[in-house]
Amino acid sequence: MSKYRFVGKGVERIDGREKVSGAAIYTDDLEFGPDLLYAEIVESSEAHAKIVSIDVTEAEKVEGVVQIFTGKDFPYKFGLYMKDRYIFAQDIVRFIGEQVAAVVARDPKAAKKAAELIKIEYELLTPVFSQMDAISENPVLLHPDLGEYPHVPWFFPKENTNIAHWRKTKRGDLDGGFKDADLILEETFEVPRYAHCAIETHVVISKYDYSGRLTVWASSQSPYTQRHLFAEALAPLGIKHKDVRVIAPHVGGGFGGKAGVTMEILAAALATKMKGHPVKIRWSREQEFYNTYQRLGVVAKLKLGLKKDGSITALQHQLYWDAGAYVEYGANVVNAVGLSATGPYKIPAISIDSLCIYTNLPPGGAYRGFGYSEFLFGLESLMDQAAEKLGIDAVEFRLKNAISKGDTLAYGAHMNPNGLKQAITEVAKEIEWGKEVVSIDPEKVLCKGFSLLWKAPAMPPNASSSAFIKFNEDGSLNILVSGMDIGQGYLTVMAQIAAEILSVPPNKIRVENPDTDRNPYEWQTVASHVTWSCGNAVKKAAIHIREQIFDLMERAFKVSKDNFYLEDDGVKSHLDPSFYLAFKDFVVFGIPMDDGSFRGGPITGVGTFLPEFSSAKSDPETGQGGHPNVHYTVGAAAVLLEVDKKSGQIKVLKAVEAIDAGQAINPDLVKGQITGGLLQGLATVLYEDMRFNDKGRLLNPNFTDYKIPTTKDIPEEIVPIIIEVPQPDGPFGARGVGEQTMIPVAPMIANALYNGLGIRIKSMPITAEKVAMAILEKEKN
Amino acid sequence: MNKITFIINGEKRSIYVEPNDVLLDVLRDKLGLKSPKCGCERGDCGACSVLLNGKSVRSCLVFAIEVDGCEIETVEGISQNGLSVVQEAFIEMNSFQCGFCAPGVVIATTELLRKNSTPTKEEIKEALAGNLCRCTGYTPILEAVEKISHHNKHNSDNTGGTNE
Repeated sequence: MSKYRFVGKGVERIDGREKVSGAAIYTDDLEFGPDLLYAEIVESSEAHAKIVSIDVTEAEKVEGVVQIFTGKDFPYKFGLYMKDRYIFAQDIVRFIGEQVAAVVARDPKAAKKAAELIKIEYELLTPVFSQMDAISENPVLLHPDLGEYPHVPWFFPKENTNIAHWRKTKRGDLDGGFKDADLILEETFEVPRYAHCAIETHVVISKYDYSGRLTVWASSQSPYTQRHLFAEALAPLGIKHKDVRVIAPHVGGGFGGKAGVTMEILAAALATKMKGHPVKIRWSREQEFYNTYQRLGVVAKLKLGLKKDGSITALQHQLYWDAGAYVEYGANVVNAVGLSATGPYKIPAISIDSLCIYTNLPPGGAYRGFGYSEFLFGLESLMDQAAEKLGIDAVEFRLKNAISKGDTLAYGAHMNPNGLKQAITEVAKEIEWGKEVVSIDPEKVLCKGFSLLWKAPAMPPNASSSAFIKFNEDGSLNILVSGMDIGQGYLTVMAQIAAEILSVPPNKIRVENPDTDRNPYEWQTVASHVTWSCGNAVKKAAIHIREQIFDLMERAFKVSKDNFYLEDDGVKSHLDPSFYLAFKDFVVFGIPMDDGSFRGGPITGVGTFLPEFSSAKSDPETGQGGHPNVHYTVGAAAVLLEVDKKSGQIKVLKAVEAIDAGQAINPDLVKGQITGGLLQGLATVLYEDMRFNDKGRLLNPNFTDYKIPTTKDIPEEIVPIIIEVPQPDGPFGARGVGEQTMIPVAPMIANALYNGLGIRIKSMPITAEKVAMAILEKEKN
Repeated sequence: MNKITFIINGEKRSIYVEPNDVLLDVLRDKLGLKSPKCGCERGDCGACSVLLNGKSVRSCLVFAIEVDGCEIETVEGISQNGLSVVQEAFIEMNSFQCGFCAPGVVIATTELLRKNSTPTKEEIKEALAGNLCRCTGYTPILEAVEKISHHNKHNSDNTGGTNE
């Protein structure tokens, strides 16, 4: 039983009715009237080339075309962590699909037709498609001006190379650790790129009105960050933050793809040249694949030293990231992994090198898991290999080495309270670890695999949240915040947090999508941090209201405020059990006095949160000295597979995942994250397979050829387990779980395949074809 | 421009369309019905599903000119006299996350249950296999439909009737 009234309860989503009835408004659903203009973007057909000329003569003749723009109209750079990108390509294109020009027209068909008539002449440059080629001797340099790009102080670009950032984390005596080891394992793992595949593509409408105000309606995870980047990028036009307004309606899935700024800047920029007219851009499904962000690919080289008793002596982890043509957001993925690629293990000697490398492929960026899925594939595969070589059970091995509260992290700070060992034990029990399973079908093999997971929010140390709460006349509440409900249930959870403090049930609380003119600041809805960070802000705002109510009671009734408490939508008194003042009787209109005057007035609360203990300041050569990660969310997962030995087809019979939510504010929504996250993880392992040709063109930018799972591809059984070891600085002890749910999937599948078939797959995806070929190869030997 | 006449959510309407106008665009832009969503423009995702003469179709793959004389139902029509049993079950089970696929799933489920009020789990999976959802892992969607199916089976076992 939860010790709370509204926290810890699986209450209905407050946006459920809207979404199921068709009432929910998404960006593409907004109406802008007959003056709406449509923009079609002309994209680079080359992966690396100089733009020689752009001929718009034929395009201008198309009826309905209003104006055509090229890069020279917008010589402005933008970027969240590193400004390495122009709004439109200037002289050089660096990936197929990069925006080169735009047609603005009265209707989308005319815009599309004209865009096809624009002729661009290119002078081809040598492209680089592999990150390993990009760091070979004398490579082609994608960004010769890298040394001049503005970036956050904790990034370390290497001038005259393709390395946009190199995060080094070194701790302990690495050579000594390997010298002391009884066993040393070295392996290389590869993870390719992936696409987010939110069902809603990016949509943006922007209007720069005659008074000089820029309003942007966007399908977004980051309305405030977008406002900030628009204001920064368009500052040369005299636009100030107060003049920029971002309105974010419901968003049809994000998964990191709608974080920061991608195509939204195009509409914002075009609008500044089309004063008075709203300008709309809706990405096609194809564009969604190649011109937002993709998940970065990685080649990970690991070296692990161990004692016979199973203790780990040293880990060297080198990660070479294919970050694409521009890394303005993706470089922070690389950074995050550079801090955490030890996984949730106690390791005395550590060396991590995480390199962000430019290639002529689409830009890499935020994707649910933020690099952790990628490095866990190699690390958790290798941990299984190590346990096997030492003759130790994989679960026992993990229990022995699992990180505990207070243990030193790779960058020198200390691990937060966590239920990792409990998660391991509960998952092992649920999957019946150690109990042999045999298929009755001789063509099939049953097998189990195990993996740990951990992830910290990756954010600047001053990423913050804020909240306003206002009472309505009937005692109901409006909460104003600027995080986005990208599906995780954020709006509902914020209502539950306020409900708990104020004793107003969540169904009497409305939390709406943000408008930066009205709602207070939120950094972004990324990093699985909003439940924790914005939850703290909402809790503080609710406490602010509660304090005002108690002060008012003291003033109105001349009784010390310590005697009052909130319950059942009103105020009660410890001194007088018969005292009850309903919120609806005073929160707006005040409390009547005997003389006919009133006390009080509309009650509103404000709360802000910034993790003041966090710091990204550290030694660039060792990463020691700062406190870059606010905490880690940990867990464990296991899977039972049925594998067809001939076809390599994998069927997931059972998946178990335990995650330490600190305090699940809404256990039903946490379970929803687990079932959804597990399937997204399984999709990257079993189905999704991004293919580029040798010119750098993506060959399968659609759901026919890039397969995401349907109802028929789900595990037969999923068991979600919630562990609750409170996060001391979280609202009611909560910490985030959104990304963490998908990250253990690749290694647990790989480990199960080894356990059942003796094949060790070291590259993703793990398709049926790859499994069948590995089985054949093994039989041959 | 060609004039077409059809029944939309119970109301007879006549409008002019170009021969190459797509039904999805006409529903959204000319009739203001925003529940069908555009997710892929090629029939892969099912977010634009509507009922055409009672059968679910992807409105991105139908030309508007083809629906002359037909009857179309969208989620607006299903919702107009109070939410359906299907919609209430989805709300109760927190079946959706971002909600973008929800209208298409409501359409597919409504079609299924009108034909077969007590579908098995496999029949439910089959009927919803054309509707992509990236958030939920489908489990809470399937559970809601199974719950309705169980309820209907229980009722028909007791009363001999069905309850859609």
